[in-house]
Amino acid sequence: MAVKTLINAAGRSVPLEINGMPAIPFKGVGKHRPEGVRYSPPIPTCQDYPADGNKVVSSLEEALKKCGLRDGMTISTHHHLRDGDLISNTIFEIASRMGVKDLVWFPSASFPCNDPVIKYLDDGTINRIEGSMNGPLGRYVSEGKMKGTAVLRSHGGRVQAIQDGEVKIDIAVLAAPSADTFGNARGTGGTSACGVLGYAKADAMYAAKVIVVTDNLVDLPCFPMEIEGNYVDYVVVTDKIGIPEKIVSGTTEITKSPDRLLIAELTASFLEKSGILKDGVKMQAGAGGTSLAIAVFVHEILKQKGWKSAFGFGGSTKYMVKMLEEGQMGYILDAQAFDLDAVRSVEVNPNHVPYPVYNAYNYHSKGNLTSMMDIMILGATEVDVNFNGNVVTHSDGYLLHGIGGWQNCLHARNVILPVPLFRDRIPVIVDEVTTLCGPGELIDVIITERGIAINPLRKDLIKSIKGSGLPLRTIEELKEEAEMICGKPQKARFEDKIVAAVKWVDGTVIDVVRQIKIR
Amino acid sequence: MNRLTAVAGNSGPKVRSDCEITLELKQKGGISIDLTSKVKALYGDSIIKQCNDLLKFFGIRNAYLSVNDSGALPFVISARLEAAIKMLVNTDLEFIPEMLSGNRYSSSKDRFRFSRLYIPGNTPSMMLNAGLHSADGIIYDLEDSVAPDKKDEARLLVRNALCQVGLRGAERMVRINQGSPGKKDLWSVIPQNVNLVLIPKCDEPANVKEIDDEISLIRKKLKIRKSVFLMPIIESARGVENASGICRASGNIVAVAIGLEDLTADMGVMRSPGGKESFYARSRVVMAAKAAGIQPIDSVFSDVADMEGLKQNVVDSKAMGFEGMGCIHPRQVPVINNSFAPEVAELDKAMKIVIAFEDARKKGFGVVSLGSKMIDKPVVTRAQKMIDLAIKLGILSDDWNKNK
Repeated sequence: MAVKTLINAAGRSVPLEINGMPAIPFKGVGKHRPEGVRYSPPIPTCQDYPADGNKVVSSLEEALKKCGLRDGMTISTHHHLRDGDLISNTIFEIASRMGVKDLVWFPSASFPCNDPVIKYLDDGTINRIEGSMNGPLGRYVSEGKMKGTAVLRSHGGRVQAIQDGEVKIDIAVLAAPSADTFGNARGTGGTSACGVLGYAKADAMYAAKVIVVTDNLVDLPCFPMEIEGNYVDYVVVTDKIGIPEKIVSGTTEITKSPDRLLIAELTASFLEKSGILKDGVKMQAGAGGTSLAIAVFVHEILKQKGWKSAFGFGGSTKYMVKMLEEGQMGYILDAQAFDLDAVRSVEVNPNHVPYPVYNAYNYHSKGNLTSMMDIMILGATEVDVNFNGNVVTHSDGYLLHGIGGWQNCLHARNVILPVPLFRDRIPVIVDEVTTLCGPGELIDVIITERGIAINPLRKDLIKSIKGSGLPLRTIEELKEEAEMICGKPQKARFEDKIVAAVKWVDGTVIDVVRQIKIR
Repeated sequence: MNRLTAVAGNSGPKVRSDCEITLELKQKGGISIDLTSKVKALYGDSIIKQCNDLLKFFGIRNAYLSVNDSGALPFVISARLEAAIKMLVNTDLEFIPEMLSGNRYSSSKDRFRFSRLYIPGNTPSMMLNAGLHSADGIIYDLEDSVAPDKKDEARLLVRNALCQVGLRGAERMVRINQGSPGKKDLWSVIPQNVNLVLIPKCDEPANVKEIDDEISLIRKKLKIRKSVFLMPIIESARGVENASGICRASGNIVAVAIGLEDLTADMGVMRSPGGKESFYARSRVVMAAKAAGIQPIDSVFSDVADMEGLKQNVVDSKAMGFEGMGCIHPRQVPVINNSFAPEVAELDKAMKIVIAFEDARKKGFGVVSLGSKMIDKPVVTRAQKMIDLAIKLGILSDDWNKNK
């Protein structure tokens, strides 16, 4: 019964088969080159659709039935409604009622609001989730309770898997803040506005059947459409697709922690003194409190110097919008809007442009946006002395986060991880990451409150900050300081059973997560 | 002591880096330990071992111990457990963690004291990174920031923090309690290389002398050679009127601080943004300090969100003759340091003095002069310190005299 394993190019033992399908072990960065043609969904005929363009059906249940929902199908959803999503759970509630079994849920991410699907994992409606998991869902999977094996992919890796046919979506259920009867849809308008629908594009194009669910039916054409009705089979109108205050935070705020602010200040200072920050810079930062503080400090520097960033890639926030509006940023290219200011901006500002991950992150794209970025600010739960990064598991071995765009973003010119040396008592800089998500050769700089470590491969960066007064340390020194303060941690203990596979951006398996050993 | 159960430390949804210890002494049955911790998978074994070692050290053989841990570092866990033990057992034993080698430095009377950061004495999460914010001094506060029923456990926590938290060269300060609890504080902390003791609510010179004598006693008994400096805090009308005597009460006094919250309360007035009501008191303290050759230090600025207000406050304070200010939030430190920092003219003069001194030394002259003025050694020391500080603040590069 045991699946054959192999040591991959990153030194991790990985299976040659996942969920009964062959898997390719990681071969090294940029080494895997798939051949053949892109996957295609079944070809439709326009005659089969209403001549008046009205694809509205009475309920999600009817739509699912018309799509032929049955055992073993793959159902995809997007996560633009974040923790306010009211649609995903409903799909499986309906499926469970219909007695359908062994579905694969393929979300672009899951949130705490999706914890109720545990019920449908328990009753056999869902076989497995291929997407991010955290909180109780992560705990459920980590404890080996899910029937199938989870597959964790980056946002770009998800598009790759769709395009090369690794995942064949049977039904995509796409919640849309605004849509018309033909299925054209966008992320703005109505009471459930999320700004953009950047993660849903590949689903719409490659799924065999597509259902658009909206609580804001607008006159045809729903313009500017991000999802084109030509890909859509059915439209469902419902009372509410999401809980507004949980879709976008009213406002994202920079960290108030003096220690995190110190890290942010040090990061901004590093960007300036190393010369990475310059006129015309292209940059990306996340929506975490520390990243936002970095954006604020960087904005100050840009203003002082009279510089302008050519563009920023979103996740957009009010701080990025402020740069755009005050003239220190030319454009925001945006895959998701994190707060109300960002949602408003994307609606009214022509230089704030929805930009799907389809174009930005995808391995099968003819070039990627991320490799053009000068500055990439990312986080990590662990970084090891070889600069390898972990973003999916906690040091105790439990699944904690999805990969998000993290792996894709590692291809930027300067990848910088501002992280605390330890969180509470848990060291962030360790001997070896619990789960490998990103190879160290792609991670350039680690900035902690107790010093900056630059990857020895980046001799240019090390040289650039000589004499700058910045606290340069080796990664080993940082690790030792963390252990001196916290004590040397025991290793998390695992059973043999693989509960999740971690894919690299090219679809190969870079590592696995094993079942937690309960003591 | 007849109690059999004691609780020390803190727990709760907002508590971080701390633990709550419940200790129950038993007649028999050995030691049993119940550990709840979010870091159990990583540090469970070591926490259990640490607790066992500590119980053994204090000779406890039969007990039930419950540890509710939210990521406390080892020095915190042992302070909490020791506190619980001492609630139940009379003992003079102390379980003192190892002193980090980087924490053994001494201070000097004439160092700058622009910023001194208050750290509440019973809040571990605020201690861990206290040394990272470039404050000239770190004050572990055992007085107003610690609840009356937590004084005993705070004393042990501060003692352990003095050993185990690296303060990166910041002057190591403790604010003790008034009266006899203050003396108890001294016996706990003085052996752990405290550079300076802040004495709260000094009304008259005797308040300082009492503490100074107690410290002398401790130093003598424990053969501590490093001096312990004093900073009395004047917080009452009587204290203001006695400022000059207070400032001269001991040769160990290096600075005097004014505490405006208590002073305005004593005066029966509100503290206003302009500080008109305390103008006399502040001037009086500055004058007394300057006359005694010590540094006058201004009160804290309590609105931590108002950085502009703070900046203006420091500018006014510096203009009145104050040479430093207390900080209640790490973000206040750089604002205070930069505003007290030497101005261009001051720095120019300091550079000239240091260059003149270097020249004189190279030429073998015993006397240093700048223009027609003779320069004393302390002036050179102070000038060099100003330059060091300017380098630390990034105003000067460390090779500033290369092209001179």
